[in-house]
Amino acid sequence: MGDTEDGVKPKRTVFVTVGTRSFDALVRAVDTQEVKDELLKRGYTHLIIQMGRGSYTPTKSGGEGGSLAVDFFTFSSSIADHLRSASLVISHAGSGSIFETLRLGKPLIVVVNEDLMDNHQSELAEELAERKHLYCARPQTLNQTIASMNLESLLPYHPGDTSPVTKLINTFLGFPDDP
Amino acid sequence: MDEGNGCCFSILASKFTVTFVTISLTLILIRVLYVIYRSGKPLFRSKAPRALRTLIVLGSGGHTAEMLNLLSVLQKERFSPRFYVAAATDNMSLQKARTLETSLADETGVKVEETAQFMQIYRSREVGQSYLTSVWTTLIATAHALWIMFKIRPQVILCNGPGTCFPLCAIAFFFKVVGIRWSSIFYVESIARVRRLSLSGLLLYKLQIADQFFVQWPQLQGQYPRAHYVGCLM
Repeated sequence: MGDTEDGVKPKRTVFVTVGTRSFDALVRAVDTQEVKDELLKRGYTHLIIQMGRGSYTPTKSGGEGGSLAVDFFTFSSSIADHLRSASLVISHAGSGSIFETLRLGKPLIVVVNEDLMDNHQSELAEELAERKHLYCARPQTLNQTIASMNLESLLPYHPGDTSPVTKLINTFLGFPDDP
Repeated sequence: MDEGNGCCFSILASKFTVTFVTISLTLILIRVLYVIYRSGKPLFRSKAPRALRTLIVLGSGGHTAEMLNLLSVLQKERFSPRFYVAAATDNMSLQKARTLETSLADETGVKVEETAQFMQIYRSREVGQSYLTSVWTTLIATAHALWIMFKIRPQVILCNGPGTCFPLCAIAFFFKVVGIRWSSIFYVESIARVRRLSLSGLLLYKLQIADQFFVQWPQLQGQYPRAHYVGCLM
């Protein structure tokens, strides 16, 4: 997509978010040369990592010589802005993060944290991946997912309809249908 | 002689105690069964209620986003005043609820203090905490929850699955049994639960504490037939 010959590549940012806790395995995975190479091959130019409370610090890079520019921060109140300006989002499996990204219509790879005790989070990511709204990966398979993904095949997510549940609640409590 | 008398008396006394305990337990059981029977049924009122005291249980991150999303489409004047409860370790959730309430107040012109209150509660289980130690922390959380619930005495409870919601709902059920306050408990299982219910959800479903139980994925409704499938709410 980008023009790799003369260095006037359009800026295409990958935003990585781990949420409110830590997910070192993900930060470590995106910091590997394999993943960075795959991202470069795909035409991405910048990598921004929100690393949360994690202890693993990725290596910063200015993007010299056509390499991937890497920057990171722990927390930010402007996650929404980062999501909006990203061309690809790589996120932890929290539902808040997943739906915020899907609603913005951004291509999304969800990486499941296998270290969590009660790992129900993979359920949602796997279900949405089956419905072709996103890609689901593990830290160790992230580079393969990036290499093989076809963003054109992803289907847009349409927010669900809240009227059935509000109708049920109102009827149960004896409120009339019309407000 | 004396011994014999005492013996007779103690036999009588123990018989009486046994009978008394049996009758009391039977009455309590009947009351509990009645409350369970009545709980799942819609409230038929002669006229529609004006406004109902509503408790909204918030959880971390995704749970709160889902709950506020649901709340944004409910008719606020019907669910008023609103009491928001979140875990003491979670500052973000109440902040988000406050933001929602402030924007509502700007629209309606009614002050936030008149329609909404925000409270914190000890959490029964932290994410990642073992189930064994969570028994003890759940007890502490229950005592604190009792106090908060007595202050709120909600008529409607909306919750969607953080650990904090089970003690609050169990107390609400207790209030129903004892007759302190009748409440309708609505449980919306988190959208993150596709194939298995959360621990809170499972307890509230199995113990029939939730009046209405909503799930967002068809797979769950297949396993839990009393649940209402309402589709994705996000």
